[in-house]
Parts: sequence; C-alpha cells; structure tokens
Amino acid sequence: MNSTRRKLLTKGASAAVAAFFCNGKSYATVEDIHSVLDPPPKRDNNVGDEAGIVKLFTPEIAENGNSVPISVFVASQMSAEDYVASVLIVAEGNPNPQVVTFHFTPLSGEAKVKTRMRLAQTQDVLAVAKLSDGSVHKTSNHVKVTIGGCGA
Amino acid sequence: MAKAKARIKVPKTASAGEIITIKSLVNHRMESGHRTDKDGRAIPRKIINKFTCEFNGKPVFSCDLGTGIAANPFFEFKARVMEAGTFHFTWIDDEGIKIEARKEIDIV
Repeated sequence: MNSTRRKLLTKGASAAVAAFFCNGKSYATVEDIHSVLDPPPKRDNNVGDEAGIVKLFTPEIAENGNSVPISVFVASQMSAEDYVASVLIVAEGNPNPQVVTFHFTPLSGEAKVKTRMRLAQTQDVLAVAKLSDGSVHKTSNHVKVTIGGCGA
Repeated sequence: MAKAKARIKVPKTASAGEIITIKSLVNHRMESGHRTDKDGRAIPRKIINKFTCEFNGKPVFSCDLGTGIAANPFFEFKARVMEAGTFHFTWIDDEGIKIEARKEIDIV
C-alpha cells in the first residue's frame, strides 16, 4: 500500500514540476499559426472548412502527453491538377506550436497520415490543409491531457 | 548513442495504380531543447527535422518535423504505385546525421 502511495506522490510531483517548466514558455496565438503558413493567408480571411474536407482524429483524453496518436485525412482526388500540397499540425498550447508539416504529391495517392505527437497541456490541436489551388482549410480538436509532455 | 535504426513496412507487391500504406519508425530521442538536466542546464535541442520518402527518385511524401513530434518518430502514410521500383527513405537530424533506408516493391 505504501509503495502505491509513493508512486502516486511521485507522479503528482513530476506533473507539478512539468507544469512549472512549461508555464514559462510563450504560447502561440492564431496570428502565429497564420504566420507559419506559407504563403500566409490574410489574417481576416476566413480560413474555415465549410466543405468539411479536413478530418483530424485525436483522442478525447490523452493520458500521456509525451506520445499522443493523431491522424489527419484530407479528402482529395490527388490528381496532378488537384491535390493536397501540405498539411500543418499546430498545438496552440505547446512551447513550439508548429508541430509538423506534411508535404504531399500526386504520388501520395491519398492525403492521410498517422503520427504521434507531444502535448504539453490540455489544448486545441489544429490541422491546416493547403490545396494545390491555393485554398486553405482548417479544423481543430480539443484534447484533454492528463500528464503533459513537457519537452514538447 | 545507440545506432539509429529505421523500421519500415512496405508491401512486397502491389497491383498497378494501387494505393498502399507505408509505416515508418526510426529510433531517435527527439530532444526538444526545453528540458533541463539535474544541474539545471538546458539540454540542447536535437531532433529529426526532415523526413522524406521518394519512389524511383520522385518525391512521394515528406515532412518538416518540429519539437512537438514524439520520440522515435512514427509515420503512416499512403503512396500510389504505378510501376515496380524502390522507395527511398531519409531522415535528417539537427546535426546533419542522415539515416537512410530502401524498400523495393513489385507489380503483380
């Protein structure tokens, strides 16, 4: 029983330490997210996903922020004229919000990727897709993080 | 550091025009630069910042990684195969160390 209690205390302490270190970092804003897009869309330009072509799959609750499985899918024909050029994954609450940028070509066949990311805290994860015609679509999911991956 | 080892899963054969699934995993600590050691010194950032996949010299998929990717970066993605050939995978880290792997695929 003692050892269980100790384990619990250690976990609590490391979570507190993680929270302390992570809070010292500056967080991203929507402007930051837009500035990392290349070429950046106009700020007031409604970057939305009315067509619903971007799908982002994340767990509702991530128990371990050090490795959170995510999956993104963009509906597209992936032909030579009409394909998904890139998809950007942004974690607004991470010290470095720009997590990863995927680049596709018509040879990709399907714009679908799975990977594992770090999440420092409970936050929104965004997926921004840029198509070959220059249009930008985005979607976001809220992920609750139990123990943050501080080194995000 | 242990030698970086890449593990890749590509089907051995496919029919022409088929969209196949490729899984890749490489051993890497992906040190984010935000952590400190026990003396309080910052551990320098060392991550894989680029991953590319080419098929017969033509780009298929690539990505720019940030510090938000978990250790031992894993990617599962798709590729359309029109002809037999070789997939060439490359990972490049902050120190310029390159990890390479190749996989062949046949058309049936």
